[in-house]
Amino acid sequence: MARLNVNPTRMELKKLQARLNTAIRGHKLLKDKSDEMVRVFTVIIREDKALREKVESELSRVMKQFAVARSVTASYAAESAFAMPAVAVRAECGVESVMGVEVPKVELVKEGKGGLPYAFAEMTSEADYSVEMISALLPDLVQLAQTEKRVRMLAEEIERNKRRVNALEYVMIPQLEETIKYIKDKLSENERAAIVRMMKVKNKS
Amino acid sequence: MTAKLAIVGDGDAILVFKAAGVAAFAANDEKQARDALRKAARDYQIIFITEELARMTGDFLKRFDEEPYPVVLPIPSADGDGSYGKETLKRAMERALGVDILFNK
Repeated sequence: MARLNVNPTRMELKKLQARLNTAIRGHKLLKDKSDEMVRVFTVIIREDKALREKVESELSRVMKQFAVARSVTASYAAESAFAMPAVAVRAECGVESVMGVEVPKVELVKEGKGGLPYAFAEMTSEADYSVEMISALLPDLVQLAQTEKRVRMLAEEIERNKRRVNALEYVMIPQLEETIKYIKDKLSENERAAIVRMMKVKNKS
Repeated sequence: MTAKLAIVGDGDAILVFKAAGVAAFAANDEKQARDALRKAARDYQIIFITEELARMTGDFLKRFDEEPYPVVLPIPSADGDGSYGKETLKRAMERALGVDILFNK
């Protein structure tokens, strides 16, 4: 490992020692953070997987139901029937901090009294079911969107943190240690040289 | 803060979402999907996107991972098999942990 390019003085030695202490402490803290993040991540990802499986099976049912509805209606009729929604969905959103990462936190708020965007006579009852099912599914969908985003953001942060830990452990700390050793050697070498010089001078007189 | 919901998808899939009160953006190919996403990302905080389109615009979707919002969620469409969502999940897991703890494949 390359040592840092510094003058071998007592001053530098002191500075480097302080830096080494900080680096060691930082490394320990980051490592703890990394461990905890991995733990949180596994919890979230398990949650996410369960939710996704549920949503996916529901959604494919909705889509199939809707496909049936479409197949018995003329496409222009379906398009006009669905064009104006009767309900408005809105979500409350904010940010939450999970292990120092800002992640989204959303919750669905429903407005309007529900109901279909068309008259009963206009469409087949298959369409009613599919609309109803998707409305029921929306809270889960939003929840899934939130969890999945958290998974991705945490994964990124864990990776970044791991890189920091490794940089400290394998580059910064060895470098500092080596430089400190070099300065110490150099200083004691100088001291010995000074003593020898003194003795020589004394012998001469 | 209130968030608005949008869906980017092809053809039929988005109609039913529209009926449930989600703003719909139609897109049939990659370019349209990008445009729709760009437009949706400006005003909507939660965006659903059908799997085929998500696969096509994967690199574009990565950009949204840095910030909490917008939240983009790929959803399986009528003829998708739901594999894209699993793939992204798996990738995230492998990046973070280095091992696969869920699917064991």
